[in-house]
Amino acid sequence: MTTLAPAVAGTDARAGWPSWFRSVWRNWYVYSKTWRSSLTTTFLEPILYLAAMGLGVGSLVNHHSGGVNGVPYLSFVAPGLLGASMLQVGVSDCSYPVLGGFKWERTFWAEVATPLSVGDVVAGKLVWEIIRFTAVSAVFLLVMVAFGVIHSPFAAFMVPAAVLSGMSTATVTAAFAATQNSDLGMSLLFRLGVLPMNLFAGVFYPLSRLPWGLRMVAEVIPLTHGVAILRALSLGTGLGWGLLLDALYLVLWTVAGIVLCLHTFGRRLVP
Amino acid sequence: MVEAHGLVKRYGSFTAVDGIDVRIEAGESFGFLGPNGAGKTSTMKMISCMSPLTEGTLRVLGGDPATDGAAIRARLGLVPQEDTLETELSVFDNIYIYGRYFDLRRAQILERAERLLDFAQLNDRRNDKVDALSGGLKRRLTIARALISEPDLLILDEPTTGLDPQARHLLWERLYRLKAEGVTLIITTHYMDEAEQLCDRLVVMDGGRIVAQGTPRALIDQYSTKEVLELRFGLDGHAPLAERLGQVADRVEVLPDRLLLYVDDGDAALGAVHDLGLVPDSALVRRSTLEDVFLCLTGRSLVD
Repeated sequence: MTTLAPAVAGTDARAGWPSWFRSVWRNWYVYSKTWRSSLTTTFLEPILYLAAMGLGVGSLVNHHSGGVNGVPYLSFVAPGLLGASMLQVGVSDCSYPVLGGFKWERTFWAEVATPLSVGDVVAGKLVWEIIRFTAVSAVFLLVMVAFGVIHSPFAAFMVPAAVLSGMSTATVTAAFAATQNSDLGMSLLFRLGVLPMNLFAGVFYPLSRLPWGLRMVAEVIPLTHGVAILRALSLGTGLGWGLLLDALYLVLWTVAGIVLCLHTFGRRLVP
Repeated sequence: MVEAHGLVKRYGSFTAVDGIDVRIEAGESFGFLGPNGAGKTSTMKMISCMSPLTEGTLRVLGGDPATDGAAIRARLGLVPQEDTLETELSVFDNIYIYGRYFDLRRAQILERAERLLDFAQLNDRRNDKVDALSGGLKRRLTIARALISEPDLLILDEPTTGLDPQARHLLWERLYRLKAEGVTLIITTHYMDEAEQLCDRLVVMDGGRIVAQGTPRALIDQYSTKEVLELRFGLDGHAPLAERLGQVADRVEVLPDRLLLYVDDGDAALGAVHDLGLVPDSALVRRSTLEDVFLCLTGRSLVD
């Protein structure tokens, strides 16, 4: 590195924060000032779902077939809803807000006009998502405990599993949003991406109920594998090496999403 | 502060900047004047290390943007053409976050933020959400925010576009203060009066190239006459008159709504026009401006 001309204004005392951390901190700071608006979607919605699906639909299912695979429907559906909730939070955080950071508020450009780099902006966004997923899944887990639907000590690993499941779709969503110029693509993402994923990832019923063709489609969906892991951990059934393959699949999506983010954010921010 | 040779920027097959040379000294207020699409913003993005160059060499603060980008940006203040403020947050929070990007300590940010809020005359709006601010206030906030790191070089990309005259004059006055304090300024603009007011030296850009450079005064002396006589003759018939008027002026420009006669003595020229038996609807004698320089160089006006 060459030496720059000496500073006219003198050298400031630095706080010593790594540059990527300043971007994470920014996301936290903005959230700390605006969290009220996202409170219902983040925390209330999953509880409402849990109550409605678990208690409402659950009583019907339990009455007719004695639960699912031998467990009460609420216990079956709760880990699925946790996975679905992670998908929802991640896509919500990484779709319109990312588009806005490029197009409406344009705050990403404010960041790269300072010592922060494109990599710092991407890291800031994604590390912040990890924090968000951790908080939301921890609260969800507490609600599950309150509902009495945790059946295994392995449930302690549900938070990292939920984070991984959320990241697998959040990263790809952010990379996609960085290529968009209007909210048209975003609404398509929700209709053609999030909705079918929610319906066919085994959140509400066991995948074995699906015909072979649809089942194969379901296997491609990352959430399917997230739900499989979360359900195994909360029920304590189906634990085995197969879960590592599920996790590996989610890691692949996450890594691909990060690489795509660096590419699409970079192409837009540093043309 | 900045030294560029043969600077080129291409986006695909489109050439935005087509081989420019510039040298900007410390303490100088340097302008890039040109119409929209002249390549000013692309040049600013390269100088502010936010866009790699396609060809040529560029040194900013003695460093190479390709390898020292972050270190250079740490000492730049950038006021982009479009606002990049945190619209959901307060005026103060915007300055605070920006200071953090530069890794300043909290106490230092707080102390400087007070001075900057005073400087930008935003003190009574410090807790207001940015969403609710007018365009002029947002610009002032953007400038205040860019100064949080006490940059050696402040780059302003069309700082007053879209502002009303009052807001523009206030902003000019603030920028003039910065200049007096020794901050090196780079300003792009398509307003000739802005360039005349603020710039010690400037380049005129058109189609990605530099078509002229010098001090505002020198450019006017070189490319224009002392005075300009503006004549209006009804709704049409300006073009045929231009030829007849050619004998009383150094040069005649035909604009859609008026004729510009480039002369050394406007009043004498108006007398000569009357002697030709022509009676304009209106006549105005004024000093030459950079707008006239641009018109002379390119045959087009700055603001279409």
